[in-house]
Amino acid sequence: MSGEQTLQYIFAGITVGSIYAFVAIGYNIIYNATGIINFAQGEFVMLGGMIAYTFSGFMPLLPAVVLAVLITSAVGSVIESVFIRRMRKTSVLGMIVVTIGISILLREAALYIWDEQIRALRFFTGSEISSVSILGARISPQVLWILGITTIIVAGLFLFFKFTLTGQAMRACSENLRAAKLCGIRTDSMVNLSFMLSAGIGALGGCVVSPLTQTHYAMGTDLAIKGFIVAILGGLGNAIAAVAAGLLLGLIESFSISILPMAYKDVISIIILLIILVVKPSGIFGSRQASSMKDY
Amino acid sequence: MKRYYSVLLLAAVIVIIQVLTLITGKAYLLTQLTMSAYYIVVAVGLCMVMGYAGQISLGQAGFFAIGGYTTAFLTTIDFSGKAETGLYRMLDTPGLLITKETLYGDTIIHLTPWISLLAAVLIAAVTAYALGIPILKLKGHYLAMATMGFGIIIYRIVLGSRIFGEADGISNVPSFPVFPGISVSGDFTSRISNYYIAWLLVILGMLLLINLINSRVGRALRSLHGSEEASDAMGVDTSRYKVIVFVIGAVFAAVAGFFMTHYNGGIGPSEAGVAKSVRYVAIVAVGGMANLWGSLIMGLVLNFLSLRGVFGHFDDAVFGIILVFMMMFIPDGFIHTDVIHDIKEMLRPLSMRKKKLKKKQEVSND
Repeated sequence: MSGEQTLQYIFAGITVGSIYAFVAIGYNIIYNATGIINFAQGEFVMLGGMIAYTFSGFMPLLPAVVLAVLITSAVGSVIESVFIRRMRKTSVLGMIVVTIGISILLREAALYIWDEQIRALRFFTGSEISSVSILGARISPQVLWILGITTIIVAGLFLFFKFTLTGQAMRACSENLRAAKLCGIRTDSMVNLSFMLSAGIGALGGCVVSPLTQTHYAMGTDLAIKGFIVAILGGLGNAIAAVAAGLLLGLIESFSISILPMAYKDVISIIILLIILVVKPSGIFGSRQASSMKDY
Repeated sequence: MKRYYSVLLLAAVIVIIQVLTLITGKAYLLTQLTMSAYYIVVAVGLCMVMGYAGQISLGQAGFFAIGGYTTAFLTTIDFSGKAETGLYRMLDTPGLLITKETLYGDTIIHLTPWISLLAAVLIAAVTAYALGIPILKLKGHYLAMATMGFGIIIYRIVLGSRIFGEADGISNVPSFPVFPGISVSGDFTSRISNYYIAWLLVILGMLLLINLINSRVGRALRSLHGSEEASDAMGVDTSRYKVIVFVIGAVFAAVAGFFMTHYNGGIGPSEAGVAKSVRYVAIVAVGGMANLWGSLIMGLVLNFLSLRGVFGHFDDAVFGIILVFMMMFIPDGFIHTDVIHDIKEMLRPLSMRKKKLKKKQEVSND
């Protein structure tokens, strides 16, 4: 494998890895606030791409993306207030079943609103043939957009959770919901906010990657499991580690294609998931001490 | 004996349905009823795993596919022209090969499905055992994703391998001679006998599971579902029982896959998809989780309607709606084990019911 080719694979891996990271960040935000894994997370990415595509037909790209993010956030908020809020006392099993049900409903709704066609948002700068040369490898400028937006989101989240009062309140909810309530935090709206936030971030991810990876109504299931692998790999609840893990998985998948048939790409990442779950469920960046306190 | 009354009732209903379809001239409905029966076998097996052991499995379609693809692969190998090989003689001497004439007059020699049934059960059991030991240590979301991951692996393998026919699957699977003169196949003339074979399998499965629930294993499982820590502390080997039930569920799914493949004469990758696994979970959830009869009845109703195409384009959406609304409003399912008690409760005057409800609320408020 030549140096240029290796670099090409690396960039391809980073692109795919970023979208996994978007999904994993979404998982983490909701998990932190509620302890729920939202199986419908992949559908938010799909909705973002689809809505932005529709709006971009008659308006510039920026407002279309903003509208897509806002609408998907609203969908996330509605899902929380209509379904999740009523189910506080449900078992984990019940919660899994409900979020799976919601993901099916979102997917089917998308199928009837749009159709089975694969769509792609137009490129943020340039077109599908324009490319930037970095160290001899030629990549699409969209890859730079993806990397830039991923960085901004991670930095933004870090600052939000560290320094704003709302962010701190959300972290308090994840520590102990009841204690947070007793301290006067409106836990209901914090949980709702977490759904809005993760839906919005998922939608934004869906918009940025759409020009390269396309948007399809049934793309959510694959993304959901890949995002979960990444979230577990980084340690559930850790958004920054999720990005590192996302890039790692993206690179592994990208290089696996050069050795194994394309069809087995998913098999490799799922085997990684099974190994991680069995060997170290706290993730590669999780501490062993903290994991001994938790129940997997 | 009392616990078998419901099984006898089921047998009677099966016969009545068959006679009714014959009288009304709607024998074509038997095809969907037969297929529903096979899906029910998967559902009741999953019911043990989810309802009684409290472990979610989103990979049941994977085991179904293991059963189906094992037999499809083994019984479509043509041995004609290989009469000289050692393998042929080894299989032919104990009578394990079947000679068949195709539509065009060619002869095909293939392995008897009895061997592939054995292989299907063994492969499914060993896979479930090897997979179950590590992953059943996980709980909740982690277990759900791990089993779903297993399902996707199977799906990707059958979709990506040439020997499994890739996207086309395997077709031309021969019929399965269960008894002399009676075989599992999609032949129109044997529709009635196939209907009875399928439901006989359901009855056998139910008898097995009912006995299991009322045995030492069943009691262990119930304690496990109540509280894993507590039953562990009482000396129940929880991890062993979880694996046992997981293997049972897998074998049920594989056997169903085996029969379905011979009935349809083939299998395709969609049978291994996540959507199918979710469907089985939906049926068990609607049936009331720890309720074999609920899973059976809902499995029959939902599969039959779905196979008849009643839901049309909304097939998947219907299952999504069912999942969400059942869990939100009726988490215990429609069908209760104690139907007679339910009816009595309904017949009681409203005021008395209200009083009881109030009392219940007071207790829960404390």
